[in-house]
Parts: sequence; C-alpha cells; structure tokens
Amino acid sequence: MAGIAGMSLLDPPRPGSSALAWALYYVTWLVTRSFTIVLLLVVWEMIARSGTVTRFMLPPLGPVFERMVEDVSSGAFFLKTSQTMFRALTGFAIAAIAGILLGMVMVRSAIARWFFEPVISVGFPMPKIAFLPIFMLWFGVYNVSKIGMIVFDAIFPVITATIVGLQAVGREFIWSARNMGAGPQRVLWEIALPAALPQIMTGLQVALPIALIVAIATEMLMGGTGLGGAMLEDSRMADSPGVFAGLIEMTAVGYCAIKLMAVARRRLLLWHQETQQPAGIMFPRKRRKTR
Amino acid sequence: MRLLIIRYFPLVMLAALWEFAARAAKGSFTLPSLVDISIAWFELVKSGELLTNGADSIYRAFAGLALAVVIGTMLGVFMALSRSANILISPLVELFYPLPKSALIPITVIWLGFGDASKILLIFLGCMLPVTIGAYNGARSTEQFLLWSASSMGAGHMRMMRDVVFPSALPELLNGIRTALALSFILLVTSELIASRKGFGYLIGLYGSGGIYDAMFATVLTVAFLGFFADRGFQMVTQRAMSWRE
Repeated sequence: MAGIAGMSLLDPPRPGSSALAWALYYVTWLVTRSFTIVLLLVVWEMIARSGTVTRFMLPPLGPVFERMVEDVSSGAFFLKTSQTMFRALTGFAIAAIAGILLGMVMVRSAIARWFFEPVISVGFPMPKIAFLPIFMLWFGVYNVSKIGMIVFDAIFPVITATIVGLQAVGREFIWSARNMGAGPQRVLWEIALPAALPQIMTGLQVALPIALIVAIATEMLMGGTGLGGAMLEDSRMADSPGVFAGLIEMTAVGYCAIKLMAVARRRLLLWHQETQQPAGIMFPRKRRKTR
Repeated sequence: MRLLIIRYFPLVMLAALWEFAARAAKGSFTLPSLVDISIAWFELVKSGELLTNGADSIYRAFAGLALAVVIGTMLGVFMALSRSANILISPLVELFYPLPKSALIPITVIWLGFGDASKILLIFLGCMLPVTIGAYNGARSTEQFLLWSASSMGAGHMRMMRDVVFPSALPELLNGIRTALALSFILLVTSELIASRKGFGYLIGLYGSGGIYDAMFATVLTVAFLGFFADRGFQMVTQRAMSWRE
C-alpha cells in the first residue's frame, strides 16, 4: 500500500535490503505524506487565531475537533453516516446492476441499441440534478426521490463502460470458448463479462463519487437526515464549527469509500495484468524527468 | 439527414409518450404537456426572465471554470515537473479528491454569502482537482526522448514546456476539463437551488414553489439541454485541437 502515491523523498529500497532500510523508507514516506496536511492544519489555526477573519468564517481547530469528538461519542456521526451511505449505496447498487444489465442488452440486441443509444448520448452530459424539483414533485422528499435521483445520475457511466468493455473483448477468446463447446450463456458469464470487468470497474469507480455527491446534494436540497442535511442545518444556525466538522467528516467518509472501491478493484482483478504491475490508484509511480 | 432522423427517432418516441402521458394523467399527476412547456418557454424568453437569469448563471459557471482550468493546469504541470512540488501538493489532491463536492456549498456560503462570489469560488474549488489530475497525468506521460531531442536542439525550459510538455499533456488535460465542465453545472444548479436571488436554480425554485409547473419544467429542460450542448461544443473544440494526432 505504501506506493499508492509513489511519492517519497527516498526511492524504495531494493528487494532483499535490510529491515532498517525499509523502516527508514516507510518513516520518510509517512512524514512526507503527512507534512502538507499538518501544514494545512497549522495555517488554518494561525489564520483562525490571527483575527484577520472572524471566528464564524474560520473557527479555530479546537472547537471543530471538540465538535467531532462529541459527534462520534454521542453516536450522531454514525447515525448520519449510515443514513447518507444507505441512500448513496442503495442508489449505487441499483445503478450498477441496472447499468450493467442494460449495457449487456444493448451489446446483444440491435433494437435495444437503436432505442437507448440516443437517449444515453443526450442524457449522459445533462446536469441531471436540475431534475430534482421534478423528482420532489413526483416522489416526495423522502428516500424514494433521493435514491431515484442517485440512480438517475450514477447509471450513465456504468452503461457506457459496460458497452465499451464488452465490445472490446477479443474475438479469439469468444471463438475458442465456442469451439470448446460453450453455449452463449457460458460465453457471456465466463468469458465476456470477466474480460470486460476492468472497464466495468472503471465505470463503477466513476459512478461511486457521483452517488456520494448527489446523496449529499439531495439532503441539502430536500432537507432531512444525514451528513449533508446536518451540515446545512448547522449552516442555517450559523454554527460554523459544526459546518467545518461536517466537512472533515465528509472528507473522511468519501476517502474511505473511494479507497475501499480501489481495494475491491484489486481483489476482483487479481488475475488481470494491471494488478501485477506495481501501479498506484491515482498516481502510478512517476518516471523521473530530467530538467 | 435521413440517417439523423432514424438515429434520433427514439427521442421523438419518448417525447410523444410524454405528451400522451401528460394528457392522460391530467389532474391526477403533475406532468405539464410539452406544448404547454414550449409556450411557457417562449413567454419566459420574451419577458427576458430566462435570458437575464441565464446570463447570471453562465457568468458564474464560466468564471469559476476558467479559474479552475488556469490554476488547475498550472498545479498539475508543476506537480509533474518537480518532485518537491509533487510531495507538497499530491497529499492534498489525494485527500480532497474524494470529498463529495456538494459539501463545499455551506463553506462558501459562510465565507462569501449568497452572491456571485460564493458560487464562483464553489465552482472553482469543485472543478479544480479533475483538471489538476488530468494535467498531471498528461504532463507526466510526456515521452522522455522528445524532451531529450528538444533540449539537444537547443530548446530552453519555456520552449520545452510550450512545444513538448503542453501538447503531450493536452488529451488528458482536455478529458479532465470535460469532467470539470459537467461538475460545474451540477454545482451551479445545486447551489442556486439552495440559496440564490438570481440564476436558473432560483427560477426553478421560484416557479416550483409557486406551482407554475410548465415554467418550472421549461427552465429545467433549458438547463439540461444547455449542459448537453456545452458538452457537445466542448467535444467539437477538442476534436479540432486534437486533429494533429492521427
């Protein structure tokens, strides 16, 4: 995991180096990784204390952390997170399953492709959050409209990724499977879908942050419980430590969700080439550039 | 032309279905008919309401996006070229990239209130990271031997940046900007719906709470198609800019 961003002052020691060399490498890695974040917190505290901005605009770290501790110890944090994540993940799961199925149908059937292709090419780039007031009108302000909005937003990248992935499956694989007597069902489940899995996972990795953004946006717009709803409530009450604590909590939740997704990708694609290479998630190891 | 009609015929079918459903469900379900919506749309345009509010919204989105593109590109290229810049910036990028961007709305309201400035800051902050990551990945993938040959032919740092690094970063950078463009619309509409005195989101909220649903639907569809055409326009520009690649 150390190489996620691949950035350290030291290069990783060669395999077989002493334990000390590795320990030194990991310590430097940790220090360099956390340096800027510590710096950010220090600058935050300095600005908050200097009095150039009011405590409302930027509360000192103390009250913000107090608020977070209170949130966690009273259980409110877990309640809010579970409510938001319930909606985000339900919507995400529906979008994933429906999107993969629709993508499969569109690859198999020319009529389905003819019907859905223009709908998707027009629907994908639209800012679908604008339809939220219409969803409110039809489905109320509770879970149905929130989850519906999440599905509506998150499904498009899954569909297109599934189509691209399935269309790129090498013919040789399918031919040889058929040659060995596999029926269309087996070809689909055992050859085409696994071969398309890297692309499909990429689509899911695009859809998950969208699901989170929309889950929080819907809570802010329709009110209600959850991380976004609580944050907007705090902002209406002019309770700025609460707002900033909410921001840190959401950063943590989003970070965990996206890291878990990347781990899931590596687990599911253990057999695939991309996992064999020591590549990072967002920042594969950098090639040094001479200047 | 004929091909275009066949291709987009499913959309016509959907529109017909909408019109039929609207007429059938009159009274029991809120779905204004497309005819009513178009009439409302023309009236909104005639009264100037759609245009003035639209201009406000587009100004906010464009200003925020332009800032995000300029500063995001500089940050990304800088990260790719200098190891120390990378060590400083990449933890922040990695930390804030997964933040659901809508969480920034209350923060920018606390800092700058409800006007233009807070929306521009929101769109700038929300859209910067995809651009940064695109520029970083693009600049990092510059072919080493291109840099060597440029420098052996006597190109200085600035020349190499302009003629080698920037063109090779362009495809990934444009991809990042496209993501940012989509995000800017989402953030714009969300923040305007939450609190605003002008803009598309304000109009949608106003007509929605006033029960003038055909005008509300007209505004919603205007925003949706504006987002669609912005994306298509951007893709056309991208293809133009990329025409030197085979």
